[in-house]
Amino acid sequence: MLIIKNLQVRAEGKEILKGIDLTVNAGEVHAIMGPNGSGKSTLARAISGHPEYEVTGGEILYNGADLLDMDPDERAREGVFMAFQYPVEIAGVNNAYFLKAAVNAKRKHLGLPEYDAMEFMQLIKEKSKLLEIDQSMLSRAVNEGFSGGEKKRNEIFQMALLEPKLAVLDETDSGLDIDALKIVANGVNAMRSPERAAIVVTHYQRLLDYIVPDFVHVLSGGRIVKSGGKELALELEQKGYGWIEAA
Amino acid sequence: MSTSTETIEDLATREYKYGFVTDVESETIPKGLSEDVVRLISQKKGEPEWLLDWRLKAYRLWLTMKEPTWQNVHYDPINYQDIAYYSAPKKKKALNSLDEVDPEVRATFNKLGIPLEEQMLLAGVAVDAVFDSVSVATTFREKLASVGIIFMSFSDAVREHPELVRKYLGSVVPHTDNFFAALNSAVFSDGSFVYIPKGVRCPMELSTYFRINAKDTGQFERTLIVADEGSFVSYLEGCTAPMRDENQLHAAVVELVAHDDATIKYSTIQNWYPGDKNGKGGIYNFVTKRGLCEGRGSKITWTQVETGSAITWKYPGCILKGDNSIGEFYSVATTNNRQQADTGTKMVHLGKNTRSTIVSKGISAGFGQNTYRGLVRVGKNAKNARNYSQCDSLLIGDKCGAHTFPYLEIRNTSARVEHEASTSKIGEDQIFYCRQRGLTTEDAVNMIVSGFCKEVFRELPMEFAVEAQKLLSISLEGSVG
Repeated sequence: MLIIKNLQVRAEGKEILKGIDLTVNAGEVHAIMGPNGSGKSTLARAISGHPEYEVTGGEILYNGADLLDMDPDERAREGVFMAFQYPVEIAGVNNAYFLKAAVNAKRKHLGLPEYDAMEFMQLIKEKSKLLEIDQSMLSRAVNEGFSGGEKKRNEIFQMALLEPKLAVLDETDSGLDIDALKIVANGVNAMRSPERAAIVVTHYQRLLDYIVPDFVHVLSGGRIVKSGGKELALELEQKGYGWIEAA
Repeated sequence: MSTSTETIEDLATREYKYGFVTDVESETIPKGLSEDVVRLISQKKGEPEWLLDWRLKAYRLWLTMKEPTWQNVHYDPINYQDIAYYSAPKKKKALNSLDEVDPEVRATFNKLGIPLEEQMLLAGVAVDAVFDSVSVATTFREKLASVGIIFMSFSDAVREHPELVRKYLGSVVPHTDNFFAALNSAVFSDGSFVYIPKGVRCPMELSTYFRINAKDTGQFERTLIVADEGSFVSYLEGCTAPMRDENQLHAAVVELVAHDDATIKYSTIQNWYPGDKNGKGGIYNFVTKRGLCEGRGSKITWTQVETGSAITWKYPGCILKGDNSIGEFYSVATTNNRQQADTGTKMVHLGKNTRSTIVSKGISAGFGQNTYRGLVRVGKNAKNARNYSQCDSLLIGDKCGAHTFPYLEIRNTSARVEHEASTSKIGEDQIFYCRQRGLTTEDAVNMIVSGFCKEVFRELPMEFAVEAQKLLSISLEGSVG
């Protein structure tokens, strides 16, 4: 599904990723771990096409197509979703209205009929149970006045509605208490299927107790320095990142 | 990002949609302004002596006045002798019904999306259409007349209801008020007149559509709305003009009078031609609008969406004379490319327990300059006056500007006045967030902007809220690259 070859990325005038190679197949969940500043979030943002992250070399193929040639909104409509580390507030824009616009933009792109308000509310009702989203969160402005946990839950809720092929979770666990973490993990696990893949960027092993990855990659200094199965995460937890950096 | 930038540029170069010129035979008097011209206008309209005298008094005063320069806008001096002060589509005889309106003029209104007969049949909106200087047709007149409502062109009102016009004309905006009000008083050619009798709730939205068609003409219309005790009226005004390289002057006067417990809602969607992207051409929109809350418990609400004009300069205000009266001002003003706007309101509290609310949303893009200027004055007898003001500015890009000048004059210690102001930039992060959810840049900007304007849009009648939103997105096209 996703093939990243020798990816190099600059941001704020600095070379951050210095040649990443990564292959993600449908049905797989990959965890990207690493110390602060290792380039984990940069990788997530480069995949989603953030304008402040400049790709200076390498390529990304997404289902055979050149992902780097697509605009961010095109990538989204093609099924690439990123759950933001810091979800953005949009004052005055009703959350449900925003979600409907997003879902319909994608449906239109896929040649499906757009949902009307009634159909969409029905869909919301089904999906909101899973993530314990209450109605007040839907009628408020997008992320405005949401607590940290509500913002993250709202991200996963959007993911559940948009049903992406490739989900990229950028430090979704940061700032979550254990209950919220479980809710978020349930949401992600409910999405797991042989047709979908996920990249979970996290600093801590804790999230991986609930979202069990197929592969773990450790980033350091802008390169993947070690890859392995889920047990690698546990080993990291015990030995700390110093173990990798020393190696 | 290269592909999206291209489409944005395409959109930016899209032309002003209402810029066509209608080819009708019109009767335009020669350019220039003199006492003879004022007399000629009055004579053409068959006006009574008192009105001519009123015009002449205004003209003579205007000659002694200086054009104001304190506003935060810049333009080359206007040559008042280079403007034709009266232009009317030539008509063969008096019109008895809509069918007799010049087909070209009607086609123009159809292009603008206001087919008169459809308006009559479907929308339930009564329209008075002003084309250049004269009022072309007033729909729904009979239906309104059956409940005692007078809705007609100003000229007709002068003929049919001279006592009402004479009583209220200049009672809120006297001819001495300011330079442009004096000019308007001297040369105004037509406009709308509305009278709602006691206790009547106007059964439909009343609407006037203004259009400047002829070249080198100014439009100087006058609107006068009187709501008698306990009545209610919602009035809408829309404006467009053809694209021309020269600047055209629009200096209108609007006067509202609300008696005891009467409510007037006055909504404007202003989309005069803003000039091209280098600032050539466009309308100078220098307008004086004021409402008098004459009676106890009366209420006047101004709602404006200003997307057009090269320069907008206006302060729709309320004089809260009656005890317990309420004044409201909700405004969205957009400036893109080289547009300039200096707009806001004046709330003058004279009566006891008077309340006013000001919500102003300024959006600047391109090289646009947007100024909010507002006055809240509490007189010494205005016990327990309350005002709440909120001025928010949204900047798109880094070459535009937003300015806020609130003036407070409080002469009664029991007054409570609150002012909040904010300036924000439309964030790259907000746009990216929307795009990551599949929305195009354009849709993202529209959504963020309409969220910003929400408090104002919800004051507009439903169908006009939709139109306002569309207009806003057109006027901001190409503002984010």
